[in-house]
Amino acid sequence: MRRFFLIAPPFAWLLLLFLVPFVIVVKISLSDAALAIPPYVPKFSWAEGIGTYFSQLDFENFTFLTEDDLYWKAYLSSLKIATVSTILTLLVGYPMAYGMARASSEWRPTLMMLVILPFWTSFLIRVYAWMGILSNEGFLNQFLLWTGIIDTPLIILNTNTAVYIGIVYTYLPFMILPIYSALERLDGSLIEAAEDLGCSRLTAFWLVTIPLSKTGIIAGCFLVFIPTLGEFVIPSLLGGSNSLMIGKVLWEEFFSNRDWPVASAVAVILLLILIIPIVLFQRNQQKQQEAEQ
Amino acid sequence: MTTVEFEPWDDPQEKPLIHFQNVTKKFGEFTAIDNLTIDIYEREFYALLGPSGCGKTTLMRMLAGFETPTTGKILLAGQDIAPVPPNKRATNMMFQSYALFPHLSIWENIAFGLKREGMAKPDINNRVDEMLRLTRLEQFARRKPHQISGGQRQRVALARSLAKAPKLLLLDEPLGALDKKLRQETQFELMDIQEKTGTTFVIVTHDQEEAMTVASRVAVMDHGKIIQVATPDRIYETPNSVYVADFIGDVNIIEGTTSAAGEDSYSIDWADGLAPLKATSSVSFSDGQKCHLAIRPEKVAISTDKPEGAANTVQGRVLDIAYLGNISTYHVELPSGEVIKAQAANTRRISRRSYTWEDTVWLSWTATAGVLLAS
Repeated sequence: MRRFFLIAPPFAWLLLLFLVPFVIVVKISLSDAALAIPPYVPKFSWAEGIGTYFSQLDFENFTFLTEDDLYWKAYLSSLKIATVSTILTLLVGYPMAYGMARASSEWRPTLMMLVILPFWTSFLIRVYAWMGILSNEGFLNQFLLWTGIIDTPLIILNTNTAVYIGIVYTYLPFMILPIYSALERLDGSLIEAAEDLGCSRLTAFWLVTIPLSKTGIIAGCFLVFIPTLGEFVIPSLLGGSNSLMIGKVLWEEFFSNRDWPVASAVAVILLLILIIPIVLFQRNQQKQQEAEQ
Repeated sequence: MTTVEFEPWDDPQEKPLIHFQNVTKKFGEFTAIDNLTIDIYEREFYALLGPSGCGKTTLMRMLAGFETPTTGKILLAGQDIAPVPPNKRATNMMFQSYALFPHLSIWENIAFGLKREGMAKPDINNRVDEMLRLTRLEQFARRKPHQISGGQRQRVALARSLAKAPKLLLLDEPLGALDKKLRQETQFELMDIQEKTGTTFVIVTHDQEEAMTVASRVAVMDHGKIIQVATPDRIYETPNSVYVADFIGDVNIIEGTTSAAGEDSYSIDWADGLAPLKATSSVSFSDGQKCHLAIRPEKVAISTDKPEGAANTVQGRVLDIAYLGNISTYHVELPSGEVIKAQAANTRRISRRSYTWEDTVWLSWTATAGVLLAS
């Protein structure tokens, strides 16, 4: 009985704020767009009964998504951008986490603070700041022109490069923190033992440090990949008209076209795509917990 | 057991495997090792014994290659090893924390060093199997380190460090994490394995009993200096200083002044109104020199009546009795206020003991029982 009361609140929370809205979204995705408020039909009415209501729902919107190549191109491009930025974030984040874990213990809280510090400013403001840095007359180009490395400004803003920069910058802490926590727990004598048994510094890193921080790497990658896949703000502010991401498509269907049913169908498919990595992520977490016991 | 005594350190022909030559190691202002010179011979089981912070671990880490001497030289088989990195040294180390790789199985842990050597697969298999047999771990080969007990982990660590057949095996407090009974068993296992493999072992420990049990020679360290290097029995019976006498086992230290009383024999004035003590010493003392007489409690006899013919007798009152089952240690207060410990085997039932607290007893010991020390 006590256990029931303990698990009831989170379940109620998930039911009310995740499952119920999701069922509504699924329902809208099966409806048809209409000039009405809200902008879709059918609407449930007691007079016609539940049978007629269900008979009016169909998978038309999902078929539509497969017919127009915009959608699957957007999904693919999102997957590509998410994958590439996850790898880039890992490449930038791992050395930083490693450096933090190897720093002397009095420095660690400060370094940790520096990693978390950007969260204190609004996310939007930080993205706008990047617009100021990356634009043709921005700080970066001004600096490069001043040093004489380039003579014509680089076009970075409104390209995929800007999107990658924005995503790596924004999600870096989510990569660093789990890797750092894995590396921090790493017993230094393991590296010494590896060297003692004939490893060079580099092979010791490859054979001991990397495998033992694997759980952190996986956690960090999922924490970056999952939100990046549906990212909307960064591509729409930093990316150009040709940086296609599903989050942007979703937004346009919803607000510009006011086609709620198609937008809902896009969202449902996005969720299905995301479920795979989420399940994998949870399995990884579970394995990690089992290994620690 | 061979009947030939293993004493390479007494043989001037013998070349040491390891030679520390005036080695000093400083960490900033702190001197961890202070101008130290020692020799360690092949097949020796050499124990570095001292309190924590005495520099014994630093000494070992210099042998492994994790630290380099600030000044001085370390020679391994005649070669200066200072520029050789740890992964190129013919030494292996067993870490205090064991440092087993948690992501690898026991088998893979033991094979780790062999694979780095580029050994052929069948040879690796044979060598790992041999090590598993030596340490009686055959049935645990597929398990991960967290799935076995502390004692088994200790044996894996030993097997892993022995697998590469090092010239020199370094053991950093190898039994520190084991409980007492297991520790005692493992000490004999260690000696057994050392004899079987013929490897030179250097063990770091703060446990004097452990050092005495396993080692062929014990080096007692303090503040980065070697105080005495000798076989366990010599360390115990003839310590060269009050520090060593006090660090190893239980001891009574009596302060006094010497005066000659025949060849190698001295009488010691130590307390007003009490007869001087008689002691022999091969080291010569001048008349009136300050000295310390160190006597082990088990060499002091305790009796209710004054014993006849003993070289030294004193009377006192039993202050405390530490009952350890097989033996009891009696703390006897002399009229001068000094307390002398005497140890006696409990050969009779405790209820039939003829002296107890507050009883007046006699303590006695021979002239050769104690060691006369200058400092």
